[in-house]
Amino acid sequence: MTVTELEQKAKVVRADIIRMLCEAKSGHPGGSLSAADLMTALYFEKLKHKPKEPDWDGRDRVIFSKGHACPLLYACLAECGYFPITELLTLRKFGSRLQGHPGKNKGLPGIELSTGSLGQGLSAGVGMALGLKLDKKSNRVYVLMGDGEQQEGSIWEAAMSAAHYKLDNLCGIVDSNKLQIDGSVKEVMGIEPLAEKWRAFGWNVIEINGHNIQEIISAYDKAAKTCDKPSVIIAQTVKGKGVSFMENQAGWHGKAPNKEQADTALKELECK
Amino acid sequence: MAELKATRFGYGEGLLILGEKNPNVVAIGLDITSSTTVNMFADKYPDRFISLGIAEQNGMGVAAGLSLVGKIPFVCTYGVFASGRCWEQIRTTICYNECNVKIGGGHGGISVGPDGATHQALEEIALMRVLPNMKVIVPCDAIETRKATVASAEIQGPVYIRFGREPIPIITDEKMPFIIGKANVLRKGKDITIIACGDMVSESLKAAAILEKENISAEIINLHTIKPIDEETIIKSAKKTGRVVTVEEHQIMGGMGSAVAEVLSENYPVFVTRVGIMDKFGESGKPDELLKEYGCTYEAVYKAVKKSMQKSK
Repeated sequence: MTVTELEQKAKVVRADIIRMLCEAKSGHPGGSLSAADLMTALYFEKLKHKPKEPDWDGRDRVIFSKGHACPLLYACLAECGYFPITELLTLRKFGSRLQGHPGKNKGLPGIELSTGSLGQGLSAGVGMALGLKLDKKSNRVYVLMGDGEQQEGSIWEAAMSAAHYKLDNLCGIVDSNKLQIDGSVKEVMGIEPLAEKWRAFGWNVIEINGHNIQEIISAYDKAAKTCDKPSVIIAQTVKGKGVSFMENQAGWHGKAPNKEQADTALKELECK
Repeated sequence: MAELKATRFGYGEGLLILGEKNPNVVAIGLDITSSTTVNMFADKYPDRFISLGIAEQNGMGVAAGLSLVGKIPFVCTYGVFASGRCWEQIRTTICYNECNVKIGGGHGGISVGPDGATHQALEEIALMRVLPNMKVIVPCDAIETRKATVASAEIQGPVYIRFGREPIPIITDEKMPFIIGKANVLRKGKDITIIACGDMVSESLKAAAILEKENISAEIINLHTIKPIDEETIIKSAKKTGRVVTVEEHQIMGGMGSAVAEVLSENYPVFVTRVGIMDKFGESGKPDELLKEYGCTYEAVYKAVKKSMQKSK
């Protein structure tokens, strides 16, 4: 896809997020919207996968370690053709395959790991990357994390082990939107200097504007070309990106838009 | 005099057998590879041994990830850390995802000895059995530990196997069947049922021999699998004897005894006396003096049986 096509696709994905959260009446818009460009570029341009064959052995793996951003995951999967787009409106409903945080056990195709408890996804990604390397396979593993999530010590255990095992088939992505629930990451528990920390842990660090599709694609390419070290893309993003009244607001971390707010958001995204 | 052998060797031997049998079996080391005897596997299959250091939370997550790309990971460390440090990773990343991960919890019990309370795991049965999809096995000797380790790889899903540090009597043999979830009645009796797991099984057999001389006929059940629990065997025995004593080298709250009490109170209520650690942390000492002090010996079983016999049914 071209950059313009991907930008347009990202709008569609954002609109899906708004619609499904409005219908569900609960969920996490802020952190889903901030990573929308990162994941749209991944799912539609860079990821090796076959939506109609979700268990295809040759597929890359994607883990949403920041599992609360699952509206984004579900939107990407649906738009790729893993399951009907209409199913998005069942988010969080009793009996739905679209659980409030990604649930593998409900049978929704495309979910590699049930997540939601922050700080655990990277370790699983390390395990997958290690196993794939042991079998000399060329599949890649992508792990999407939050910046607040960097406060979890287990992230750093995983980071240490990935570098130790030279897992160049592993690519972490930090959606650095600067906000968490209690407020700004800086005030709650500062994580800076983040890039230096990852470098110190032996990773190749790629810093980008998380809303520039071209930069995002180049970053994935750079990561794929890096040998003997895992890569992490630290993406500067805006929480709630794409919906003016949600942008940079900690309050929109876990609050669903009502019908009126959703309509305004969809108008801004140029999708009805 | 029975041969003495630490159950941890059973784990290491089981892993070696699996290494030969199944190319997908891998082992994760968390810095205590030789103490847990996983070094035997590591030496023979270095390409399938993954050292992750003193990082239990990562260890469990990595195990989950490995299992999701077709491996059967055996991750092992001391019980306190294996079941406690990374409990939530086991809950969420392993159990909720139904990952095919096999956890070995060594140094179970107070008989760990001189290391003291921080290393004496007394809570793992409680912590692990409460998790959906988890199976919990506490083998009674080195032979059974080996069988359990091998058997755990033959079923799908998470398994926790508890074993210990000290040499204990071998009481089973190769012929004795080992089926996960199927308790073994080691000794038939009619006056009282003693249900034990781990090293307390041999202690119970000792107690039974003494009780026999006093004309008390004790039925001994080796409840090696705490979850899924063999309700049928427990209820059948309780119906026969009308009294139950449970014994484990573990807190009495939430452990095997509690699990037995749950089954009986719902199906066939009888007096259940739980013998084990009485809601205390351990301390440094020699294994046998600690077992004695903390009430995990054949004498404690004997006393519990005598006390139970005084209660009217």
